Amino acid sequence: MKSCLEIRGLKAAIGGTEILHGLNLSVPKGEVHAIMGKNGSGKSTLAKVMAGHPDYEVTGGDVLLDGNTILGLEPDVRAREGLFLAFQYPSEIPGVTIANFMRAALNARRPEGQEIDAVEYYNELYQKMDLLKIDRSFTSRAVNDGFSGGEKKKNEILQMAMLEPKYAVLDETDSGLDIDALKIVAHGVNSLRGPKMGILVITHYQRLLDYIVPDVVHVMVDGRIVKSGPKELALEMEKKGYDWVENLVAA
Amino acid sequence: MSETNTLEKPDLKIDQDEGNFSYPEDYAFDAGTGLTEKTIDYICEAKEDPDWVREFRKKALKVFKDKPLPTHWASKDLENIHFDDFRYYLSKGAKPKRTWDEVPDDVKRTFERLGIPEKERAFLAGVEAQFDSEAAYSNIKKAVAEQGVIFVGSREGLKDHPEIFRKWFGKVIPTADNKFSALNSAVFSGGSFIYVPKGVKVKHPLQAYFRINAENFGQFERTLIIVDEGAELTYMEGCTAPKFDSVTLHSAVVELVAMKGAKLQYITVQNWSPNVFNLVTKRGLAHEESEIKWIDCNIGSRLTMKYPGVILKGRKARGEVLSIALANSGQHQDTGAKMIHAADETTSNIISKSISIGSGRATYRGLVHIPRHLKGCKNNTECDALLINTESRTDTYPAIVTRGEGNSVQHEASVSKVSAEQIFYMQQRGLTEGQAMSLSVNGFVNDLVRQFPMEYSVELKRLIDLEMEGSVG
Repeated sequence: MKSCLEIRGLKAAIGGTEILHGLNLSVPKGEVHAIMGKNGSGKSTLAKVMAGHPDYEVTGGDVLLDGNTILGLEPDVRAREGLFLAFQYPSEIPGVTIANFMRAALNARRPEGQEIDAVEYYNELYQKMDLLKIDRSFTSRAVNDGFSGGEKKKNEILQMAMLEPKYAVLDETDSGLDIDALKIVAHGVNSLRGPKMGILVITHYQRLLDYIVPDVVHVMVDGRIVKSGPKELALEMEKKGYDWVENLVAA
Repeated sequence: MSETNTLEKPDLKIDQDEGNFSYPEDYAFDAGTGLTEKTIDYICEAKEDPDWVREFRKKALKVFKDKPLPTHWASKDLENIHFDDFRYYLSKGAKPKRTWDEVPDDVKRTFERLGIPEKERAFLAGVEAQFDSEAAYSNIKKAVAEQGVIFVGSREGLKDHPEIFRKWFGKVIPTADNKFSALNSAVFSGGSFIYVPKGVKVKHPLQAYFRINAENFGQFERTLIIVDEGAELTYMEGCTAPKFDSVTLHSAVVELVAMKGAKLQYITVQNWSPNVFNLVTKRGLAHEESEIKWIDCNIGSRLTMKYPGVILKGRKARGEVLSIALANSGQHQDTGAKMIHAADETTSNIISKSISIGSGRATYRGLVHIPRHLKGCKNNTECDALLINTESRTDTYPAIVTRGEGNSVQHEASVSKVSAEQIFYMQQRGLTEGQAMSLSVNGFVNDLVRQFPMEYSVELKRLIDLEMEGSVG
């Protein structure tokens, strides 16, 4: 059985309105895939449904992590199974430092009474921060509290580095970033990509894909993947616009 | 039903299980059910009280019976307390033991389960462990006693040290202060009497632990602490009770006196079971350049009413109340602080943080009084409330009266919510819903808890974790 994040005929609704209409997608471990789509095409819904957001109702299909369904599991169980979502709008947690938050997250993955050793933890943390070129003082700040857009995204990538998920979904990680912040985040993702992780990058713009070069590009229209292809597809999309794909679908 | 003290709020999903155990009753002294002059006589004889105490108690009983319940401003739930159904004095003997080996087995096991002897060895200068009406164990480390520090129960205090005891007893909180201070004055038993001589700085905390074991029982400890000129003390109290279907009453009176330049820190970490009415009066008298600090953590109970206060009597005296209240479903924490400025250049600081979970309700009541003739007084009040889910309720009643020029007050209040998005975000990192809420709550109180001594901040964090895990359905 091939290791992959697989979505089969997924249908999902919010408040009784169906947003995903039978979506198929497979991201093998070790690959980076990108989903491109206009606002309102259902990209963020897909990310939240995979992570188990309570507002969404799954009305059909399945999501499998290495062959096992994760639908019906609590969000925290899915996370511990190896699914990570980098949020488009990460929440603030006043009074809780990034260092303590990530330590709690790591401990949640370990049996009770076998909490991570403090020295071991900080060694690991500093190593990852150096890799991502993040200043040491960063993790003593409260999680996302008063952060700029760039800092929030940097924090998401740092957590992704520390938690070492099997599959990471990056939801519009480029939104609200200037070019410098974008480069830092892209550098982070590129340092983490490798044979142990499958990455799904969700974006509105082709721009991010100049820095995180995907193995496969998927185009999403109205809750479905309508076209998939190599990285060049992103450039073609950029040139011809979404209308081009929509016309393909209509035809 | 109304004739008994049976709980009318049956569903309390809260887990105060840690303290939820009790041993069969076996008491040498039992004043029976109800409260009359005969009850007082029984208590006086069991305790071998001097005549002045008997008289004090009987006067107080009259005040108690005459005073109405304060339901014109406080919770109507007070009407569910049926004073005639309680037992007011239960003990295995009035004299505490000096070693744990001498303590009766069931009582010793109780305190061992609560970790008291262990903490005593680890970091305390002395411990008093009260079981229902009397201290079962009381001991102070030799080195501390040799400095002249007195640490005994109220019974020994009034008998063996009348010259200090009588001078201050009932002076900071008069009998008629409120209905419950009158009740305590009538039937008080147990609690601590502490005297720290001039210039003595007690390095490690003294701790009292109040344990209720019996059903339909009222615990009325009376604590009086005097810290003489330039002396310093940290005192800590912990409280638990088993969960009964019937109501338990805890009504303490705590009086603190800080003489010139003294420093006194009083820390409460209570974790009452949800059938306890906790109606406590706490006040300190701060002389010139002294400092009284209340650190008050209220977890559990059905209704807590407690407003620790400081009377700032001497120039440059300083008062502080740092409080945390956690109201889980079915609970009402009605807490706050009182700062009475009565001299120039006195300063006070109140920081209150409350957390309401489910149908839990937190109320802040503050009173800051700075009269016209004073100069250079300052007060800072901050009240922050955190609501977890939409049923929760929080109210703030800050009464700040400042007159005169050259006095300054500052008041800030905030209400925030733990949102579903925040919990989802944390769950996506692998934390369970309970762990996520617990972390949010700990984050909310974090800046305050950082000011607590290390041992207590660890204890508080643990209690919050327990409480939050129990609150997730």
